[in-house]
Amino acid sequence: MDNLLSIVIFLPSIAALILAIILRGEDHASQKNAKVLALVATLATFVISIPLLTQFDPSNAGFQFVEEYNWLAGLKYKVGLDGISILFVILTTFLMPIVIGACWTVTTRVKEYMIMFLILETMMLAVFSSLDIILFYVVFEAGLIPMFLIVGIWGGKDRIYAAFKLFLYTLLGSVLMLIAIIYMWFEAGTTDIPELMQHQFSSESIIILGVTIVGGIQTLLFLGFFASFAVKMPMWPVHTWLPDAHVQAPTAGSVVLAAILLKMGGYGFLRFSLPMFPIGSDVMATFVMTISVIAIIYTSFVALVQEDMKKLIAYSSVAHMGFVTMGIFTINQQGLDGAIFQMLSHGFISAALFLGVGVIYDRMHTRDIEAYGGLVIRMPIFALIFMLFTMANVGLPGTSGFVGEFLTLTAAFKANTWIAFGATTGVILSAGYALWLYRRVVFGDLIKESLKSIADMDLREKLMITPLVVMTILLGIYPALILDLIGPSVSALLEQVHAAQGVLIDATPNAAH
Amino acid sequence: MISTDINTVLPEIILAVYAMAALMLAVYGGKDRLAGFIFWATSGIMAALGIWIAFAPIANSTAFDGSFTNDGFARYTKVVMLFGSSAMLLLSQDYLEKNKLLKFEFPILIALATLGMMLMVSAGDLMALYMGLELQSLALYVVASFRRDSIRSTEAGLKYFVLGALSSGLLLYGASLVYGFSGTTNFAGISETIHSDGLGMGMLFGLVFLCVGMGFKISAAPFHMWTPDVYEGSPTPVTGFFATAPKVAAAGLFARVVHDAFGGAVADWQQIVAFLSFISMFLGSIAAIGQTNIKRLMAYSSIAHMGFALLGLSSGTQEGVQALLIYMAIYVTMNVGVFAFILNMERDGQPVTDIRSLGLYSRSEPIRAAALAALMFSLAGIPPLVGFFGKLYVLKAAVNAGLAWLAIAGVIASVIGAFYYLRIIYFMYFGDEVEPMTGKMPIIHKVALYGATLIMLLGAVNLFGIEPIAADAAASLFK
Repeated sequence: MDNLLSIVIFLPSIAALILAIILRGEDHASQKNAKVLALVATLATFVISIPLLTQFDPSNAGFQFVEEYNWLAGLKYKVGLDGISILFVILTTFLMPIVIGACWTVTTRVKEYMIMFLILETMMLAVFSSLDIILFYVVFEAGLIPMFLIVGIWGGKDRIYAAFKLFLYTLLGSVLMLIAIIYMWFEAGTTDIPELMQHQFSSESIIILGVTIVGGIQTLLFLGFFASFAVKMPMWPVHTWLPDAHVQAPTAGSVVLAAILLKMGGYGFLRFSLPMFPIGSDVMATFVMTISVIAIIYTSFVALVQEDMKKLIAYSSVAHMGFVTMGIFTINQQGLDGAIFQMLSHGFISAALFLGVGVIYDRMHTRDIEAYGGLVIRMPIFALIFMLFTMANVGLPGTSGFVGEFLTLTAAFKANTWIAFGATTGVILSAGYALWLYRRVVFGDLIKESLKSIADMDLREKLMITPLVVMTILLGIYPALILDLIGPSVSALLEQVHAAQGVLIDATPNAAH
Repeated sequence: MISTDINTVLPEIILAVYAMAALMLAVYGGKDRLAGFIFWATSGIMAALGIWIAFAPIANSTAFDGSFTNDGFARYTKVVMLFGSSAMLLLSQDYLEKNKLLKFEFPILIALATLGMMLMVSAGDLMALYMGLELQSLALYVVASFRRDSIRSTEAGLKYFVLGALSSGLLLYGASLVYGFSGTTNFAGISETIHSDGLGMGMLFGLVFLCVGMGFKISAAPFHMWTPDVYEGSPTPVTGFFATAPKVAAAGLFARVVHDAFGGAVADWQQIVAFLSFISMFLGSIAAIGQTNIKRLMAYSSIAHMGFALLGLSSGTQEGVQALLIYMAIYVTMNVGVFAFILNMERDGQPVTDIRSLGLYSRSEPIRAAALAALMFSLAGIPPLVGFFGKLYVLKAAVNAGLAWLAIAGVIASVIGAFYYLRIIYFMYFGDEVEPMTGKMPIIHKVALYGATLIMLLGAVNLFGIEPIAADAAASLFK
């Protein structure tokens, strides 16, 4: 099929449209119908996306499944996948049925809730597969609308503050990227991403208001994109929207946010910042790695003192994303491999952790760590699964969390020992907060009256979490599954970056010395 | 000779003759009993003229020694204005009837205002410009105070009149300076003078005064002071009308004057327009945050949007004019949809304008709330809604013309502005429950609201082919 990728992208939206038009009423039966339809749609999307993976040729570093149609203003609707983006597409289609499963306990405005998630899925898939930079921007931003409404309508007590913060923070970052995109469009005369990757933007130093900017235009463009991706990632110090959004979002919203939306930032660095502004990336690499390490250490400390489980996991997400940005900006093979691996693995692990919190939240309606203790007595299965993911979060060998952290740390040692030294402390701290959380929630005596009748995970919850267990362990013991797939694309990317850096340094002899 | 002249201005003549005939008919005929009929007839004739201008193969021509220009630019803006006026007129009938304001003068005044606007965008001469502008303004002063027994409405009319007269005076002063130093009122003549002698100090002063006068009309900050009060005080249909067609006319006039007459002095007016744009975008975005009256909020929203339209114009390129034209068409469509909603905000037959009364509106009217939410996202310029593409075009024009600083300022202002559009969505979806509004929405309003929403949603495919049309229209200013 020629349009396989487009079918995958738009199938959830079509389901959303059907839901919007056909389904009426707020009674129990129609709520059930909405959930079932959404689940079927996301499962179907996942099934249809499997051929993308099986027909994908890993030895080819170029874009595959490319579709191209003319759009307005000389832009194109162009989508395609390479070794990097295919993983994120599959990650999205794989996680969405689980997300819909996590919505099962919602009872208010179910139809709209399902529509929001289905539209969000289309937007996320389009972000990872678009090959036109304006198309990318459009879907990148459009995902904000459903996320704003998900947090705002179905969120917790302070949802309004969190929703506005989420929206305005990310919007401010994104519009600066828009200016950079428009400039690139003007400069290169095209919005086609593969062509833009080949275009060499000027890197001659320029002086603005008396400040010399090394790397010139490339550094400025890099900063424009950085504003957006750093907020999305999120990187310290612009991460503060994330804990708020996570705490207030409903479980399914948290899962989507942590597992998929955060990956857009890392994906953006790989797709745009590195290949299009190699010199800019080089100039800024140390800076980015430094704030990554600050993020790892600082947010780990912050996580240690959290009283709210979701907030703790949110801060741990920021720390883990710090490994990703650090890995990317080492600009070497292990770093990139590790960063991509870390993103995928974090997608599974954070999804599972938020689902785990959702499981006990649904029973007790509180996220305070204080309110729990001794759950292992009443909930052995939950305790086992939560243990697995706590360990994966720490980076225990044998789980997928280990591979990503190990690779990025190796790469960091190659690039800068101090950076690696700092980041490694973060690993120790993560063991601290994660194990302490586990001890306080699951171990200890079951002394609280309210917990005495708590039930273990039911079938739906087990079904949701099993695929995540499988993936976490599978990737932990056989990482080549992913690394073989991304290998050629990552090498091609690196070659291109190093070549561009070489060419430009040769052309500007002053910059080399 | 005279017959070709008349052919060129035929649409305007038809509208003028119609307005006078309708006036005679109503005065000597049934008076207000005929009002309903005149509403429909006026709306119909404006829509018909719009279709005619849009689809008939009319060649470019000038009339009366170049004081009236019929080119692609004029036709494009006329079509947008005629459709905008026609739609707003249809929407206003129900509201006026409910508030006992259904008078036959209203549609006739709107027709005359629209006629003035058509003359404005076709002006090829400072005299023609001024006549068109005054015809429009005088009609608008009257409709602003159309609710005679309301202090707010009469105050709005008076304020609009005094400030409007002041701005007309400034514009006239500028025009006289330009005439004095160039020896002609004809745009082509002024352009030639600038070409041969350059822009002297006197002409520069004239240009500044012209820009100030037009800044008033377009409600660009810092000449925006009348806008919030007039928007708030006028009857809601009049507010809706102010927010649509007259804005297009003023923007069209601005583009016409600076390009046709002062096309040789881009660098001189570029600074002024960029300044107006910068201030408008920020003032509109920041001042709207504290507003609770939706009409006032829309006033500041229109100031911010005019800032964006001027951002396109300030690039001084053909691309910029194209962006301006696309932006205005999108802006008018969004406003028709939003005002179709605002006109039906009422409780127990009394119009309400407080945005807090939208509390949890999505519970009682989910479809209308969703439509308004989509329009708000579009006004905020969030993709994939069409409002974003309008912003994309103007930003692109500005960046390509080397005004990256202004474009960056614009996007930052638009983030600030996003806040108050989101606030309306917040009230509708997350707010506290309030006593629900009771307005029954007539079918015409539903068509306008849902139609505008659908355009905003589906336009992302190809903007309904408006892009090449706007490109042609813009090209006619750059012959």
